[in-house]
Amino acid sequence: MSNNDLKVRVWRGSQEGEFVEYLVPRNPNQTVLDVVTYIQRKLDPTLSYRFACRVGMCGSCAMTVNGVARWTCRTHVSKILQGNSLEIAPLNNLPVIKDLATDMREFFNKWKGAVGFFKGDKTRYDDFTKVQPNSEERQLADAGIECIGCGVCYASCEVVESRPNYLGPAALNRAWTLTNDVRDVQQLERMTAVAGDAGCHACHSQGSCTEACPKAIAPTASIAGLKKLVARAAVRGSKWGKL
Amino acid sequence: MSEGVLQAKLWYAQRISAMVLGLCVAIHLGIIFYAIRGGLTAQEILGRTQGNMLFAIFYEIFVIACFVHAPIGMANILQETFPKSGLAKPIAWLLALLILILGTTSVIGVFTGGAI
Amino acid sequence: MSSRPTLDLRAKSHLSYFAYACHRFSGLLLACFLPLHFLMLSQSLRGAQGFEQSLLLTDFWVFKFGEWALVVLLAVHFAGGIRLLMIEFGPWHGLRKGWIQLSTLFAIVYGLLFLYFAN
Repeated sequence: MSNNDLKVRVWRGSQEGEFVEYLVPRNPNQTVLDVVTYIQRKLDPTLSYRFACRVGMCGSCAMTVNGVARWTCRTHVSKILQGNSLEIAPLNNLPVIKDLATDMREFFNKWKGAVGFFKGDKTRYDDFTKVQPNSEERQLADAGIECIGCGVCYASCEVVESRPNYLGPAALNRAWTLTNDVRDVQQLERMTAVAGDAGCHACHSQGSCTEACPKAIAPTASIAGLKKLVARAAVRGSKWGKL
Repeated sequence: MSEGVLQAKLWYAQRISAMVLGLCVAIHLGIIFYAIRGGLTAQEILGRTQGNMLFAIFYEIFVIACFVHAPIGMANILQETFPKSGLAKPIAWLLALLILILGTTSVIGVFTGGAI
Repeated sequence: MSSRPTLDLRAKSHLSYFAYACHRFSGLLLACFLPLHFLMLSQSLRGAQGFEQSLLLTDFWVFKFGEWALVVLLAVHFAGGIRLLMIEFGPWHGLRKGWIQLSTLFAIVYGLLFLYFAN
């Protein structure tokens, strides 16, 4: 045990539990995922956590590090260390299954709730829809399309915390990309789903989602787009009908 | 009107009134500077506003924009802070009434200078 | 044994959240103050003398401080509101952090100028 060890507090338990401190040797180029992995392999095999690709592509390793939701495989310890201590907890706003693993069902259910899925009306016998990549709608969709559903934005949002039925930034962002998909035929249902207190109007543009997103997506922008779209549809009607 | 449509319309109304207020407040902040030089007396205030139709119209628009904008904001805050209390609607309506009635009274007051 | 951690200040320590908090706080106080402001102004119905009488109330220092605070709050709420209108209606250019800094400066400058002009 050297003075160079990291003091790592890790949440153990589920909804009830405690922070347990582990001493982890410091290495150059160490990520938080390396730290968690070290603890589970060398110090305490009962620690539960999730990861998959470990190279910043899948979003499975998202956790709360020093109070902020991050991808642990992409977070260098040297960047976020406070003195020589680190605090690792499960993602906020989601029920804890065990230790650092959360139950993400409500996150994905809300995606469905926002009609965040595609439905077209063409068959294999129809011609392709021609979508210009530089059309305004496609560019708006492209700005938010890279979301991989990691939950970091959802875990960072205060409105999600205070309103249990708020659909959340990821679901609304996906809904927005689909309202800009010219092939989709559920726009009226989608606008109905995202209007109201559970939807885009509950957002206060606090921007925590946009700050936290590891893919530099701006759900704040997408939700602003939905607000305008829904307001217009409610007051004047849209090309798919009036709300 | 479904809840979603209501929220959409309230959002829209609050943002439109915000745009009006943006203009009114910018002008008002300027007027405040001009007015407070050398102290503020009733005589001075009324000297500017009495009989001034432009002032009256400007400030009445201001009052109406506030009447739309503030209660919606208040309702949102109350609904989020005390969700099950049922306070949001009545307090927001009370605020709306106070702003409209007291505001219009003020505009009439400074326009007429008490000489109705 | 304690409850699992929840969102705390560390998750909210960024400029955009600060802008939201200032906007909400200033809006709430302004909304509460507005009826009082109108009440005072409606005393003008009493004519110049009656109006002057009620204005004398404001000579107490607590009113002077209140006036200054409200003017600063108005400047803050106004600037933050323009930012929100830009985010919601304008082309997306991020969370407008430059604007937040400018707004804070504007509010401070306005507050100081108010003190300077108000003898």
